[in-house]
Order: sequence, then C-alpha cells, then structure tokens
Amino acid sequence: MKMLGAEVVIECLKAEEVDIVFGYPGGAVLTLYDALFKTDFPHILTRHEQGAVHAADGYARATGKTGVCFATSGPGGTNLVTGIATAYMDSIPLVAITGQVGVSLIGKDSFQEADICGITTPITKHNYLVKKIQDLPCVMKEAFYIARTGRPGPVLIDISKDVFNDTLDFVYPETVCLRGYRSLFAGDSSQIDLVIEALEKAEKPVIFVGGGVNISGTSQDVRKLINLTGIPVISSLMGLGCIPSDAPEHLGMVGMHGTYAANMATIDCDLLMGIGVRFDDRVTSLVQNFAPKATIIHFDIDPAEVNKNVRADLKVIGDLRWSLPLLCEKIAERNVTKKQWARAEWVGLVQEWKREKPLASSLPAGGIRPQTVIEKVSELTQGEAIIVTDVGQHQMWTAQSYNFNTQRSFLTSGGLGTMGYGLPAAIGAQITLPEKNVILFTGDGSIMMNCQELATLADNGLPVKIIVMNNQVLGMVNQWQRMFYGKRYSYSSTKGCTDFVKLAEAMGVAGLRVTKPEELNTVLEKALKMEGPVLVDILLPETEDVLPMVAPGGRLDQMVLRGIIG
Amino acid sequence: MKYTLAVLVENRPGVLTHISGLISRRAFNIESIAAGPTEEVDTTRITIGVEVEDEFELEQVVNQLSKLVNVIKIANITYVDSIQRELALIKVRANKANRSDLVDVVEIFRAKIVDVNRETLVVELSGEESKIDALCEVLTDFGILEIVRTGRIAISRGPVPAKDM
Ligand SMILES: Cc1ncc(C[n+]2csc(CCOP(=O)(O)OP(=O)(O)O)c2C)c(N)n1
Ligand SMILES: [Mg+2]
Repeated sequence: MKMLGAEVVIECLKAEEVDIVFGYPGGAVLTLYDALFKTDFPHILTRHEQGAVHAADGYARATGKTGVCFATSGPGGTNLVTGIATAYMDSIPLVAITGQVGVSLIGKDSFQEADICGITTPITKHNYLVKKIQDLPCVMKEAFYIARTGRPGPVLIDISKDVFNDTLDFVYPETVCLRGYRSLFAGDSSQIDLVIEALEKAEKPVIFVGGGVNISGTSQDVRKLINLTGIPVISSLMGLGCIPSDAPEHLGMVGMHGTYAANMATIDCDLLMGIGVRFDDRVTSLVQNFAPKATIIHFDIDPAEVNKNVRADLKVIGDLRWSLPLLCEKIAERNVTKKQWARAEWVGLVQEWKREKPLASSLPAGGIRPQTVIEKVSELTQGEAIIVTDVGQHQMWTAQSYNFNTQRSFLTSGGLGTMGYGLPAAIGAQITLPEKNVILFTGDGSIMMNCQELATLADNGLPVKIIVMNNQVLGMVNQWQRMFYGKRYSYSSTKGCTDFVKLAEAMGVAGLRVTKPEELNTVLEKALKMEGPVLVDILLPETEDVLPMVAPGGRLDQMVLRGIIG
Repeated sequence: MKYTLAVLVENRPGVLTHISGLISRRAFNIESIAAGPTEEVDTTRITIGVEVEDEFELEQVVNQLSKLVNVIKIANITYVDSIQRELALIKVRANKANRSDLVDVVEIFRAKIVDVNRETLVVELSGEESKIDALCEVLTDFGILEIVRTGRIAISRGPVPAKDM
C-alpha cells in the first residue's frame, strides 16, 4: 500500500511497539504531526524539546523500553542536544526523530537548518540522515535495534521534510543487516571459572554494582549472588536500587559522596568485582589510588569499558543476563558456605565501619534537615516509589537517604549531571507507570531549568509529587565555594522574588509549603495523598553540606566527615 | 609506540565524520589516515597510523573504533608481515644549473619526475614513510615549494586479507 513518509514513521513506531512519543512540532515535521493527528497516535506535547527528550529518557529508564521523541529542524533539534547527551552518558535507549529541511536546501544554510547529525555524532550511539524515502523503513528498524541492544544508547534519525511528503509501498523489514554491528550476548564462560577461583582466594572481596544492572534488569541475579556469597556490596549512583539500600550486605554508595563504609571497603578490599560499572571519576577519585590492593574483576557488555579507566585483572564481557546467572550457577555448584566466600573477619570489619560512621549532617538540631525530608518520604512510600531527582545536593542526599528497594526505581542524571532533567523525566516515568508513586526531589536551582513542564504535568493530569528542596542556593556550588573557595559565594544564591507555590499554581499544579520542622510530616503526608500533581516547597537551611566528601584528587579513605558551618 | 590499523568500514555517508569525530573526542594520537575504495563496492578501507603510550591505549583505540556502527572490522597489522607504502608528490625549484643534480637525486631514490617546467619540477615517490622523509630532506636544499602525501596504506603479505584476520 502506498503511504506517505510521515505515515511510514508512525507504522514503524507501531511495529516497534512504541506506545507513546514526546515531542514538539515545527515546520519540518508538519507532515509528521499531520500523520499523528490522522492516526491518533499517542503523543505528549511538552513545552520545550528538552522536556520531550528527558521525558522519553525517564520513560525508558523506568521501564527498560526505548523512549521516542520528535522535534523539528534547526532549533528543535539543537534543543534536544542536552537530553541526548544525558541519555548517552547513562546508556539509555532512545530514538530521537528530527525533521530536516528539504533535500535541495540541505547545506545551504537554509531557514532552520542545523547539521544535527554532525552536532550529535559524539553523543549518540549512531545517527542517520534520511534523504530518500526508500531508506526510511530500514533506517527506522536499525535505529531501534541499535538503541536497545548491546549497551543501549540514543540514536538520532534526521529526516528531510521531503521524505515525509514522499510516498512508498511500505514493508517493514523483519531483520536488520548491519555488517559492523553485533550485539554481544554470551561471552567467554571460561572467564567465569577464573572469577570463581579468584573469589575463592580472596579474603576481603567487595561487589561493586552499577547502572548496567538496572539497565539489563538483572537485580534478581545480583541479589541471588549476594544471597549465595554474603559478599559486601557497594553501589555507584546509577546502581542504586539493584539491591535494597537497607540490606545488611549493602554498604551504600561509593565515591565522592559515598558512605564511610563503602569508601573504606574500596581502599581495603583485596578483590573488587565491578558489575555493569564504568569506574567514573566521581567513583574512583584518582584512579591510581582506587582499590589499590585489589584484584579487579570487570563484568560489562561493552569491551571498550574494560581497561578504560581502571585496569582489570579479569574481564567478563557479555550481557549481564548471560554472565550473572552463569556465575550464580557455578557458585552454587561449588558447595562452599557463605562464610567461605565472605569471611567473618572481613564482614565484621565492614559492619563495624557501617556502625561507626553512619551518614552525618553538619546542621544543628532544630531546623529541617534535608535528609529528614527524604527519610520521611522513604518511609511514607515504603521505598516503593519511582524516585526522580535533579542535580545538586538534593540528588546526593536522595541517593544516600532514600531506601531503594527495586531496580529502575531511581532516575537521575548520573553521567552528565543535567540540572533540569528531573521534572520531564518524572513525566515520562509517570506516563508509562500510571499506578506508581512518582516523586521528584528537585532543587530551587534545578526546577527552574525546565519549570515550563509543570504545564505538561498539569495538562496531562499526571500525579507526580514534586518536592523542592529549597535551600535558596545552588547548594552544590555553594558547598564547593564554602570548602574550597574561602566562602566566596559567587553567584550561587537564588534568593529572590520567585514563589514556587504560585509558579505551580499558575500552571495548574497544586502548591504546598513547609517552613517549620513541625509542619513537615503533615504536609508530606497530605501531598502524597492528594490526587493530581503537587509541588511542595520545603524551606531548608542554606549551609548544609553533603557528607562525607572526598575532595577532588583525594583518596577514597580521606573523607571529610564533618561540614563547615556558616 | 606506533601501530598500523586496517579499518574496514561500510561505505555510507557520515562514516568518516564518525571516525574522525571519535578520534578527536577521545584524544587519540593519529599520525596518518588514508581512506579509499576496496574490492567490495560497499566497503571502504581506512589505514590508520596511531601513536600510543602502551597496549592499553591501543586496546582503547581499537575497542572504541569497533563500537562505531559502520566499522566492520579492524585488523592490527603492525606485527603482521606487511607492505607499507605512502605516495608523495613534491614540487621543487629547478633551474638549468641544478636540474641535473636533481635528476640524480631522483634516480637514487627511484622516484619519478612527473612534471617539468622552467622553474620547477614535480617528483613522485612511493615508498615507506622513512624513505619519503629522506627524499624530502635532500630536496630541501633545492627548495621545496609544496609537498602532498597520502598517508600510509598497508597490506599484509600472503593470502589472508585483513577482513579474515
Ligand atoms: C545544566 C547544568 N548547569 C550547571 C550545573 C552545575 N551545578 C551542579 S549542582 C548545581 C546547583 C544545583 O542547585 P539546586 O538545584 O538548587 O540544588 P541543590 O544543590 O541546592 O540541592 C549546579 C549549578 C549542572 N549540573 N547542570
Ligand atoms: Mg538549592
């Protein structure tokens, strides 16, 4: 059947089982939007293209499905850039579809022309410029295949306006033919035997879980591994949720704002088994000093991650859905007791660290402590909510204090650290998981970076609960200025006339405010019970620090444990 | 350490952008890069000369390049018995007085003169990079006006092609 290019795009989305797209129209995608209209394909109009791409990202992170967003040529495409980079850094499967100017106008600096393929080459897993309608079905098929297989990532398809208007006898290809792309599943199982040998020899082993576990959805396998061995676990920011935060074996997050126990264990361990991690500098600090005594084992799907930052003694390359079950199976066969995998002295030592120095606050009792806000929400939601954050101190406090229980329940921009990610990502998550409590912890700085999406939230009646951790400062910047720049608070205050409650109300979101500690519990309880979207503006002291903190370039066991007041 | 990689890529638009973009953003130290068509119509072969600190850095270069969707195969032919060649065209000042000296030099290097006029001539030489470097050095005395070099290309000896290595 003859079909318009725009209709071909919609048919391909259906074939890929895409149930919703996020986007923003414009000249180059008018025909595409006309096809949306005619086919009644589900689409959410965000209020900015950045909102659309982050929403698609939140949708993908919460479910593991591929998120899809649309934007027009030129500024539409360039507005996607931050969101694509955010998804790229955290390996999130996305397909971004942009319109491009007419074929004969490409390369002529035409109205609303931007070379979005050129711009996004370093931040996409792959991208395409489609100038002929004959290429469209194949490109769509390949794009989805590439985005979701192997190490997932964003793929951009830039489609010339002429292609949307051209016609084609549509057949969706059943298979892809990519000569240069193989998505690896199973790897070399003999490596796993070597891992087991190393584990048997180790006296102080640590398991280090990361975003790869959440992405591959293998938290059950990780939990099984821990159950079998009792080996202490540390987590990266992106790995949170793969095992319950309060599991006895869990020492917490590791790195710059890692827990005392997790950081000490990293320095002292004699074996560190990284699973779906990429040894980011916020985790390792100076790589030379990272896990200095340890045999490093690295499980990852991407061979390029191994030996990139930290040298691995053993590597298990393959999908965690292959390697982890196999590892568990082989461990179970050994008939070795938990005590032999995780020796009592070592477990005793790490537990001692955990007890000795729990997370601290530098605030005097009395005011509202940000950690208390998160603990309260954690308690009210039983750790069952989808937690979304923006970037800054509130993000770190959420990572430290929320009691995560399930995989894919913590959506945060880890690699790129994108302020403004939170609200649209929460929208994406809530749309795909309508039954879930979706809670956004944001800051007074971050919320303003995509606050226009309050309108999207309200107009779609999405019950996201927004908690503005309002310390009236760009807190994380402020903290660095306090610690390393002689308290010269250069442009890090947000104090001004903005009223977040009114802002919310203006866009149709209910607004509540907490100014005194005694109001906190009742207001939070009320907000969580309310039906539609709610924003709670919580006034917090300005000068709380995120602790512990490893100063840049410091060693993980050299933590600042107490903050500087004032 | 210097290595030679034979990179087979799909002949699609944007491939070279992806490769050069990756090289620059990962700050890989590339000495030379030469691309051209191959025995298969839809395949381009790129010979990349790379300089790295150690084997780990080389592993990164290979692994990162391999991740590009259009890269079909990378063969490290550094340690394979292979023939390496570069083509250079060099425009040199030449007048009546020194032309015969120049011709001598050209002959010694087994190079070719491919253009002559009253003031200059163009020398063509194909060979290993070091040989071209040496010729350029000698020609400096005569006055070089311009040099154009292709960057090295390489092929293994024996029957096995890079795509099967
Ligand atoms: C888009 C973007 N711009 C700048 C930064 C640098 N930055 C990191 S945290 C931060 C402060 C965030 O302030 P706020 O949202 O109020 O959170 P808080 O730290 O106060 O909890 C800034 C400016 C960033 N991460 N992202
Ligand atoms: Mg703030």
